[in-house]
Amino acid sequence: MCGNEALAEAAIIAGCDAYFGYPITPQNEITAYMSRRMAEEGRVFVQSESELAAINMVFGASATGKRAMTSSSSPGISLMQEGISYLAGAELPAVVVNVMRGGPGLGNIAPSQADYFQATRGGGHGDYRTIVFGPSTVQEVADCMQLAFDLADQYRMTAVVLADGFLGQMMEPVVLEKKPGRKLPPKDWALTGAKARPQNIVRSLWLPEGSLEELNHKLQAKYDRVQADEVVCEQYDTEDADVVVVAYGVAARIARSAVNKARHEGIRAGLIRPITLWPFPTEQISMAADELRIFLTVEMSNGQMVEDVKLAVNGKAPVLFHGRPGGGVPTVEEILERIRQLSIPRRVRTA
Amino acid sequence: MTADNSCEEVVIAGFGGQGIMLAGKLLAQAAMKAGKEVTYMPSYGAEVRGGTANCMVVIADEPIASPLVARADSLIAMNKASLNKFGARLKPGGLLVLNSSLIDTEPQIDESVEILAVPADGIAVELKSPRSANMVALGAYLQRRGSLGPEAAAQALPDVLAKRYHKTLSANIEALRRGGEFAEKDM
Amino acid sequence: MKTVFARTPTLKDCPTHYCPGCGHGIAHRLIAEIIDEMGIRDRTIGIAPVGCAVLAYNYLDVDMIEVAHGRAPAVATGMKRTNPGKIIFSYQGDGDLAAIGTAEIIHAAHRGEQITVVFINNAVFGMTGGQMAPTTTLGQVTATTPKGRSAAREGYPLQIAELLAILPGAAYVERCALSGPARVRKTKGAIRHAFELQAEGAEGLSLVEVLSPCPTYWRMPPAKAMEWIESEMIKVFPLGRLKG
Repeated sequence: MCGNEALAEAAIIAGCDAYFGYPITPQNEITAYMSRRMAEEGRVFVQSESELAAINMVFGASATGKRAMTSSSSPGISLMQEGISYLAGAELPAVVVNVMRGGPGLGNIAPSQADYFQATRGGGHGDYRTIVFGPSTVQEVADCMQLAFDLADQYRMTAVVLADGFLGQMMEPVVLEKKPGRKLPPKDWALTGAKARPQNIVRSLWLPEGSLEELNHKLQAKYDRVQADEVVCEQYDTEDADVVVVAYGVAARIARSAVNKARHEGIRAGLIRPITLWPFPTEQISMAADELRIFLTVEMSNGQMVEDVKLAVNGKAPVLFHGRPGGGVPTVEEILERIRQLSIPRRVRTA
Repeated sequence: MTADNSCEEVVIAGFGGQGIMLAGKLLAQAAMKAGKEVTYMPSYGAEVRGGTANCMVVIADEPIASPLVARADSLIAMNKASLNKFGARLKPGGLLVLNSSLIDTEPQIDESVEILAVPADGIAVELKSPRSANMVALGAYLQRRGSLGPEAAAQALPDVLAKRYHKTLSANIEALRRGGEFAEKDM
Repeated sequence: MKTVFARTPTLKDCPTHYCPGCGHGIAHRLIAEIIDEMGIRDRTIGIAPVGCAVLAYNYLDVDMIEVAHGRAPAVATGMKRTNPGKIIFSYQGDGDLAAIGTAEIIHAAHRGEQITVVFINNAVFGMTGGQMAPTTTLGQVTATTPKGRSAAREGYPLQIAELLAILPGAAYVERCALSGPARVRKTKGAIRHAFELQAEGAEGLSLVEVLSPCPTYWRMPPAKAMEWIESEMIKVFPLGRLKG
């Protein structure tokens, strides 16, 4: 199974009631897979007239308490930002998959990580966050889907799965199984028809003075809980590392190769791999920066996550960057060379 | 598998319609069934038909870091264009399986590379299954490299071949075996 | 004393924010009455637009959602597909439906979504200050057509009902007006028919376009606004059943 199909099947296993989407490369396998499988399951599939419509169909289905998702790639995700902002304002759960491609503009269809800012800063207008996953393997892409639906429901937020063209297209062994989900609060806010209860209203317009400020404080308190409780992050060989590479997604796989080779050469290198990009593993990186070491952030962009790494390190250690934008993919050799260079001063110091 | 590590990185390339992706998927599936770690990465282009096609398969004992093959241990080149494009990416001491039915020139390649020239289309035509040239080449590759062998691919074929093509199973399995026999004799 | 007229329960007991002489209040009451007469309040979900009627949920006592500008038909699609047993209606103005949301309404109709759309056409953007709408008539003065709408500069009034009626997925399309008691009764019949079609499970989208007065931005007293519908708007937007 390719990554795109694995994540689609994982969404079905996670209880996705409805999928809405519009074709765009490199994520078309998701839409095609869903058109067949959702019908087999007696669930809802609609090919929308635009990404704008798709996200609003998600908005509608979600407002009635159903689990709904959409998927797209970078330009389409840009179009969806209006809807994602409204989802945040109305506190509706949703799952959005972005199989990132090169940009800006129409860009190309090569794999990219250039939508990190858009995803982790909210993306649309207003003061809000989305939960963002940056999986690294096809198995992890699939595993994220269940967690994405659960977290979306638990916090009434949008959960974004940030994959890239590689993860979407590549095949590797994957085990798809239903895992025990979280205990979730009842959706008593859902629009189901006002039967034996007062009217429910789902809205994001708050005109009376102070009411929107109050809503924003409430949202922020929720985001603080997510930041405190939901960070997922892998630390690989970091304990004694002089050089700590920070990377996510496919870039992290390539970085891991470079770290392994560096270790082979006797260089003490390690890898911190954020799996949730928001909430970001700020604390984990900050703690790692308490030791004397150098950080190297590797991304398939001109440097986006590196800003979060710098915020986490907060001046305690040098943070360097290696990246390839516009659909370029860093090679193991490139990263290894940077690690070698960075390890020299440390070796000199310790000598 | 190459001796220096437990990882075999393969590129299969040709033009669209030669069954490049199927050959790659089959290799990955057979390796997975043998308990290996495996990744399969197709090239994907804006063109829907024609053009060049290639895929990368990594087979290893340890979890695979990068699915991207920068330097290949083995290359199965089904036409000239793909040999020109990927030949230089072969590691020293690597294996080049080339389709001699369509590649009639001497490959400009590192001397340490082992070359296995298989008349894949010719054998497929002999078998009255001209579209099975991909299987012939893969069978030859599997015979020469790795622990899997053509039989492992024959067993995995029903998993990767779309149901509507299952009537071609026996012809394709025969092509895998003939490719294997060719490689054995060529030793 | 005998009660001869009472507020229908689904219309909340509160003053509206609408201007004197505005048509929204009438249209809201018609919808509330129909929901109560059909006994569908406990399975109806309404969609409020962006525009003057954005706060419709303050007046209609059913489950309601407020959505992004123009996107109501897409939201309704998401609701109806996942809840085929519910009655889903959107309430949209001419900026919402005929300008920014044209793609959504055309494609919802084209897919034959089983939803009911009440389209309030008052030939002007109300909430933002009386700018030109796609349905503004030729010569009509608005905040953005100070010399009157000119076909050469701003194009012709957009006839949504006619546009949608040609789509096979549209089950029922009718244009009505609120300019006088007889017209209001006719409008109620049309909206009721649109709801009934959905309740019966008829295939396709049902839409009622309602010509509605906006005295504030037409810059005339309420009674004159009613006359203007009769004398000017109906010429551009002929009344009647176009489909179904």
